[in-house]
Parts: sequence; C-alpha cells; structure tokens
Amino acid sequence: MSPSPLVQIRQTLADPGLQAAIYSSTGRLVEKRRQAVSESDPAEFERWREQAREIKKHTLENLDYYLERLEERLTARGVKVLWAKDGGEVTDFVLRLARERNARLIVKSKSMTTEEIHLTDRLQEAGLEALETDLGEYIVQLAGQRPSHIVAPALHLTRYQIGDLFHERLGVEREVVPEKQTLIARRTLREKFLAADIGITGANFLVAEAGLVVVVENEGNARLSSSIPRVHIVIAGIEKLIPRTSDLAIFLKLLGRSATGQPLTVYTSLLGGPRLAGELDGPEEVYLVLLDNGRTRLLADRAKRQSLYCIRCGACLNHCPVYRKIGGHSYPWVYSGPIGAIITPQFHGLLEDAWLPYASSLCGACAEVCPVKIDIPQILLDLRWESVKAKVREGSNRLERWAFGVWAWVMCHPRLYELASLFSSAITTSEGDGWLKSVPAPFNAGPIRNWLSQRDLPPPPAKTFRQLWRERRGRGLS
Amino acid sequence: MPVRVSLFVTCIVDQLFPKIGLAMADVLERAGCRVDFPEDQTCCGQPAYNSGYRREAAQVARHFLRVFESADYVVVPSGSCTSMITHHYEDLFQKDPEWAERARRLAPRVWEFSQFLLEVLKIDDVGAHLNKVVTYHDSCHALRELKIQDGPRRLLKKVRGLELREMDTAGECCGFGGTFSVKLPEISGAMLQVKLASILRTGAQAVVSVDASCLMQIRGALSRAGVPVQTLHLAEVLASR
Repeated sequence: MSPSPLVQIRQTLADPGLQAAIYSSTGRLVEKRRQAVSESDPAEFERWREQAREIKKHTLENLDYYLERLEERLTARGVKVLWAKDGGEVTDFVLRLARERNARLIVKSKSMTTEEIHLTDRLQEAGLEALETDLGEYIVQLAGQRPSHIVAPALHLTRYQIGDLFHERLGVEREVVPEKQTLIARRTLREKFLAADIGITGANFLVAEAGLVVVVENEGNARLSSSIPRVHIVIAGIEKLIPRTSDLAIFLKLLGRSATGQPLTVYTSLLGGPRLAGELDGPEEVYLVLLDNGRTRLLADRAKRQSLYCIRCGACLNHCPVYRKIGGHSYPWVYSGPIGAIITPQFHGLLEDAWLPYASSLCGACAEVCPVKIDIPQILLDLRWESVKAKVREGSNRLERWAFGVWAWVMCHPRLYELASLFSSAITTSEGDGWLKSVPAPFNAGPIRNWLSQRDLPPPPAKTFRQLWRERRGRGLS
Repeated sequence: MPVRVSLFVTCIVDQLFPKIGLAMADVLERAGCRVDFPEDQTCCGQPAYNSGYRREAAQVARHFLRVFESADYVVVPSGSCTSMITHHYEDLFQKDPEWAERARRLAPRVWEFSQFLLEVLKIDDVGAHLNKVVTYHDSCHALRELKIQDGPRRLLKKVRGLELREMDTAGECCGFGGTFSVKLPEISGAMLQVKLASILRTGAQAVVSVDASCLMQIRGALSRAGVPVQTLHLAEVLASR
C-alpha cells in the first residue's frame, strides 16, 4: 500500500467530526432504504432486483445492437451522437463546440461519468466557466474537493462547514440552517442557468428502442440544465443502455428506493431530442457523447462484466462498514465504496491501487442491497486472485507467497501441522486465561504486531483440541 | 441407529479455542449423535482463498475433501468455514472437474452447528441452562451466505435462565475479515469499535456467535478495553447446564 491512501485513511479515522458526518449520513440513507423496501412487498422487491439484473445482463451481452438502435433513433430526431474513446476526446469535443458557439458559461448537472473524466476541471483550465448545479456538487466544487459519495457528494461536510464555505466563497452571512443554505445556492445558480450557453448532463438510462435519454434527480437542476441553454450535451457511459421504455419502470423503482429511499425521485426527465418546429422550449441543439473510457475492456471479461450493471445508486457505499469508516476521499478514484473497489482496479490496472480489493472484510452487505445484484464480494475475491498472479509475474510480494506456500504444505501434512502447533504454543508464556497485550520479540512482528495494534491476542491454550480429544477418548475407553 | 457425525472443529478452534470444540461434541452426543474426530483434519483453505492464493487454497481443500468425503455428516462450529466448503469450493475447483465433483458430492453433508441441530436433528431445545444476559452477533458468512439468522436465536431462547438482548448492529461486520484484520488493521479496528460500542449499549454479560473468529476479534477488543463482558460460542452456551 502506497503511503498516500493510508495517510488519508488515518486522517479520516482520527477526525471525530468527519467520522460522525460519514457514519450518521450513511446511516440515515440505510434507514430510508430499509423503510422504502419494507413498504413495498419485499418479495416483489427481490423480483425487481432479479429482473433488473437479467435486463442489464441481456443488454450488455447485446450492447452493439442496442447502441446502434439508440443512435439510429436519436439521430432520426435530430440528436447528434458522438463516440468518445476517453475523457480527452470528450473534453476536446466540448471545447471545440464551445468555441464554435462562442460559449462562455456552462452549467452542469450531477454526473459521475463527467467526474470520472474530470470534465469540469478541464473546461475551467481552458478558460470556460463551468458550474456544478447540483447542490452537493456545487458545495464540493466551491470547496475545491471531489465528491465523496456517488449520490451525496458533500456527505462528508457538516452544515457548519458549509456555512463557513458559503461565507468565504460567496461573501454571504454565515448561515447554518440547511434550508437557508439551499436558498443561497439557489439564488446564485438561478442567474447562471438563465445566462448559460451550454448545459451538460449525464444520463441515468439510455433507452435504445425508443431513443430516450433519461435523467433522474431531486432538485430540478438537471431539467434546467437540459432545457434552458441553447445547447444541451449529454455525456453517458455506453453501459447506461436498457432496451425498452417499459424496462424503465423496474429501474426507476429500484434506483429511487436504493439510493435515497424514495419510491420515485422528484424529477424524471425523458429527453428525446432538440426543440422541434412549433415547440416553445427546449434546446436548439442536442448532443449525446457515448463514452467508452475502458468500459469495453470490462465488457470482454465474462465473469467480471457484471461490474457494468451498476446504476450508481450508492447503496453499497451506505451499507459498507469500510466505507462508513474511511469515507469516499480515501478511495483513489471518484467511484468509492465497494463498487469503487471492484471497478477502479479494472479501469486503472490491478497493481495501480493493489490494496483496494483487500480493503474489505468480505462481509457481503454490499451484494445484499445491490439493486442489480452485482456479486461484489466474489469479484473482490477474483481481483485478489488476479492481483496475486500479477505480483508473481512481476516478481514482487515474495515473502507472502512463500508464507502461503509453506502454510499450505503444513496444512496438507497433519503430523507437521500438529508439530507446528506445539511450536506456536512456545511463543508466549501464558499467564492463566488472560489475553495478551504484547508478545516478546521476535514474535512481535508482521501480522501479530498488526493484530496487537488494535486488540489483544488470545493466549495459545495449554492443549489443542486434538490433544484434549485424545484424552477424552482415552477416558471413555477405560 | 444414531446419527454419525464427524467433527470439523476448524483450525482456529483446534489451535486456540479447544473448549468450543469440546462443547460442540458434548451437545451433539447429548442429542444422541455418535461423534468422531478425523485426526488428519487441518484447515478448510479459506485464509489462502480469501487472500487470492487459490492454488494453495486448492491444495488444502483437496486435503479436506480426502479426510471428510466418507463422512455421513460433517458438523462445523463456524458459518464462515462451512460456507467456504459448501459455497466456494466449487469456484475454487472451476477448472478441475474431478475435484469440483467431489466437493459437490460432499457439500450437502456439511453443516454449520446450529443449522445441523435445527434442520437435521430437528431439535431447538438441548436442555441447556445458563443464567446470563447475552447478545447475539450475526457473523457475516453465516448470515449472508448461509442465511442463518433466526436459528441461533431460537436455540438461545430455549436456554433456561438466559435472556437474549439484541444489539442495534447485530448484522454488521465486526471487522475481522480473516487476513483483512492484519492487512488493514486500522480499518478493521475502527469497525470493531462500532461493534464494541453496540455490544456495551445492550448491557449484556456475554456476546454469543456461531463463529470463533468473530469472537476472537470481539474478545480482543473487550480485553483491550478492560471490559468484563464474556464471549461465548453458541456451542458453549448450549453445553451449559
């Protein structure tokens, strides 16, 4: 593990305010989801999950077909569909279009896909004003941070911190009531919406057969971003497809409930293309940029392809005991929590952040709530296996490999195993039943030292089970 | 004909908590089983499997299968080790059809201790007696992979003198996670503190679980904090009279 994530993790764990913010916010989301699921028939909810998974599986197995259908339909309605290999291509396109249309101000709604390619930063570096309009995103943008949660980007900040931030950055009075803070943001953002030249949104779903871009939100900012500016650009990963409009029913029900415990989010926009002749509003030009950025590589992997089923609800983060302690900023990429732990190594390479697949107790809480039933613990196990193989190829991690080799050999030879256990009981001079707070050198090293850094160690008993069993049988026979 | 049961006590119980194995044997014998202990047993292979060392895990798993495949029933004082054998061996041997088949044949005869009592022996009252207030910790693999949730609670409620007091995070991980506990000790320890606080809020005198590994983690924290709360494996509770 390279030092930087460990430093971030330690800082997060040592900050009581941050701990409370993360733990209580995720706890509220867990409780809201629980209520929403129990209000619908739980068996029915299970069927939705099963069906959603099957739909995603089918769509990804036939992705080429559905992508072409989508392009056909949208093109027929006047949407310009573009294909981007990576974030660089997306940025180049947006910058070129902004130049051509003489655009200065870009409003953006919340989109993890654009976070993934750092679009806002790149546009600003090029001299454009690119503004996040989702409240949480707006807050983290003002703070110069990245989102710490897929759904609730500013979950790590308290209202007091937000009050200070608004005061410093917007020059307003320090305000700590969330509703009033929202009004401050709303006043600033309204003017920007009306003045914006280009609106950028993501897409929660792309409906192939009907040619629809579906955007789900609670604040109305995505609807404003997609309808007020003259130009609307949608940036979406190629995995966002579903075949039919009727499939939406399942996904909308699952997404709202899983993410925020809502039966349906406040706004669901089904966008079909630019303003037609005779229509009063809507953008004059609509572009859909379909982003690969490594997704086709995941698609090629039969076992781990299911990682692409994700609908970005954030439920796995909220339920993950690891995420709830280390928070989103401890993860190396914008995708945090269990889903981040499985997709980051697949996008960035196994050994880039080799610790990530190991940052899990494999408790399975994520898979239990995933609305599309991604088997996250199994994928973590697969990634660990692949990472061990990659390290073997690289020639690193020799000590651990040697240790597991010896361990396996001993475990296959019962007499040796018994001998080894006699040896291990020599590690300590046990004093009765008391658990050990420390052990003498040279044993105080490696895993034992790490264990003792957090809790006491059980003293090896005077006799192992097999010894006691023999005595018991001996007594039984006599 | 008595039911013939082979104990797989798990390496952790054999090496560190032998009393749990003896308690399990006592309960099974009192329930009328004929209990044996195949002496060549060692480990199920899970530590290596969970750490990504599948080749080493497969070696140990093959050894396990050789030792136990002739057993009528294998009973295990651990949800995690049971699940390794019944749920993960198939994945481990995905490229080895012969051993995959041997694992598949054995799997239906491998039982976690509480499930064996309830579903095979069909008893929920073993005549135990323990004057204690306890709280039950759901170990993750028992809960989520084997769907063990009500069973141990049913068994506990039949123990005379015992009061079961639920904690608010019963189904949340204690942070053990095998090698996770020593690979990322700070995170594991932080998760453990959440569990510890939840246990202490109940005012229970003991924490009960069906997995010795979770109890080792929890007891380690209780001991470090100097809190006089006990940890007991379900088998130890059920063996009390």
